[in-house]
Amino acid sequence: MTDLYTVTDMHLSLADMVNKPLFGSAPRIDILHGLSFSIKRGEVLGIVGGSGSGKSTLGRVLVRLLEPSRGQVLFDGQDITHLNEDALRPLRRRFQMIFQDPMSSLNPRRTVGSIIAAPLKLHGFDRISVRVDQALDHVGLPRSFRTRYPHELSGGQRQRVGIARAIAMEPEFILADEIVSGLDVSSQAQVLKLLADLVADLGLTLAFISHDLSVIRRLCGTVMVLYQGRIVEHRASDALFAAPEAAYTRELLGAIPLPDPDQPWGAQAG
Amino acid sequence: MPSSTPGFAMLDARAMVKRRLGLRLWLSGGWLVVLVVAATFAPWLAPHNPLEQDLFTSRLPPFWMAGAEPGYWLGTDSLGRDVLSRIMYGARIALVVALIAGTATALIGATLGLIAGYFRGWADLVISRLVDIWMAFPPVLFAILLIAVMGPGLVSVIVAIIVIDWTRFARVVRAEAMAQGAMDYVASAQVAGQKRLGTMLTEILPNVLPTIVVLLTLEMGIAVIVEAILSFVNLSISTDFPTWGGMIAEGRTSVHQAWWVLVFPLATLFLTVLSFSQLGEGLKDRFDPVLR
Ligand SMILES: Nc1ncnc2c1ncn2[C@@H]1O[C@H](COP(=O)(O)OP(=O)(O)OP(=O)(O)O)[C@@H](O)[C@H]1O
Ligand SMILES: [Mg+2]
Repeated sequence: MTDLYTVTDMHLSLADMVNKPLFGSAPRIDILHGLSFSIKRGEVLGIVGGSGSGKSTLGRVLVRLLEPSRGQVLFDGQDITHLNEDALRPLRRRFQMIFQDPMSSLNPRRTVGSIIAAPLKLHGFDRISVRVDQALDHVGLPRSFRTRYPHELSGGQRQRVGIARAIAMEPEFILADEIVSGLDVSSQAQVLKLLADLVADLGLTLAFISHDLSVIRRLCGTVMVLYQGRIVEHRASDALFAAPEAAYTRELLGAIPLPDPDQPWGAQAG
Repeated sequence: MPSSTPGFAMLDARAMVKRRLGLRLWLSGGWLVVLVVAATFAPWLAPHNPLEQDLFTSRLPPFWMAGAEPGYWLGTDSLGRDVLSRIMYGARIALVVALIAGTATALIGATLGLIAGYFRGWADLVISRLVDIWMAFPPVLFAILLIAVMGPGLVSVIVAIIVIDWTRFARVVRAEAMAQGAMDYVASAQVAGQKRLGTMLTEILPNVLPTIVVLLTLEMGIAVIVEAILSFVNLSISTDFPTWGGMIAEGRTSVHQAWWVLVFPLATLFLTVLSFSQLGEGLKDRFDPVLR
């Protein structure tokens, strides 16, 4: 397997607008401190870590909503670290994102059909109407939903529209940032199952950000643990859950209830 | 595919929900349509020449009162001019001002507000400062000063309204665009490779449009009032062409002998301004998909 993403010593800082002096530029706060890792084609990578550890920030760098301040990000061998929007545009089809809050990520004044079709039009796809129908089929929504507005859908249905929009572009990589955290337990399970099936069927590479270790464990082949903007552990999922190395990982694992309280995590792996 | 089976069981319940009847829209829209028709076809519809004076028919009461003359439905003023015809011709001025001043104000203010709120940065800095400085001038003084410089007339009235009120649009639209710009669907458009100007026009604008429409109809009402006030104090159109404000000013002097000369233009003005303000809300209720 080849690497789809290669990230080397990537730093990211953002302008701290709260402490901006009246004149002059805002001080910068460092959020990611030199991350190095790679994501293989077809890999399902779970990214975990406490709130504020930089998971979303890292994800937004991968789809280049944010620009790293230092280091290098290669996508399929191409340096995308500092590419401007014009240069990124042809590449954008290839890495897509599913957002956490589907109410905010779907334009409330567009129909589902137009939401899914808009990115396709931008990238000059043919047979757009057919593709929209196919995408709806893929995520298990009736085709009649094309004419609906987002507020006419349930939370789980909205999140399916978000997934449909991403996969319709036939991307190679999808970033999913906490996509089930706003859903109830049964829709969570359905959306996760859908995502797992799609990844397998379409041969996608997936980065899955979540607080929920049991979800990560079920879905992901590898896991990256972030703590205060640094990678503390990055290994195959089985190995990590069987024998967490970093103290912080053990802390995270200890914080979730075990299915069987008599057995440690390690005894359940496999 | 197996994962898709639960989806087909999903109900399409939308057809079961009835849209609410827009009474507000029908009443306000109805009155404005009547007014537009009356103004447009005034030369054919008006029973009399609005300027024709006839001292033998002066201060005729409206049709239901004793002493009314047939054909003078709403009576005549002290110079014998037909009140109904004058109101119909006055509607021409009122509507032209409402349309031109309202639209131009909305276009200028909303464009600047949209740019400031969405692009932020230096564009926002410049536009916001301009709005702040602009709003520091007292508006009535500003209007009178402007007309003093330009001379009274229809064009001056329209320019005065635009110059004073564009900031209202700019401020509201800027705040709205800023809030919309922080939504994930804007980030999603960027992930899709949409250019920023395109995102502003196809993603942000449709979400700010309902607000713009409500503001626009309010502004049209304001324009009608401002025109009436300025013609009341004789700063609007200078000929003796009938205006509602001018009629109210004349009617005021003879209110004890002929109340109808004051009351009918006043009621027309009131209904028109009310209708404009209700029209915006009614349109929003009816056509905004989010509220349907
Ligand atoms: N626009 C911003 N300006 C300044 N600081 C920011 C900005 N966005 C995020 N941060 C900071 O960056 C850090 C990482 O944020 P990030 O959203 O990546 O965390 P996260 O791991 O996704 O957290 P959560 O699990 O709560 O979503 C946080 O400390 C946050 O306060
Ligand atoms: Mg986050």
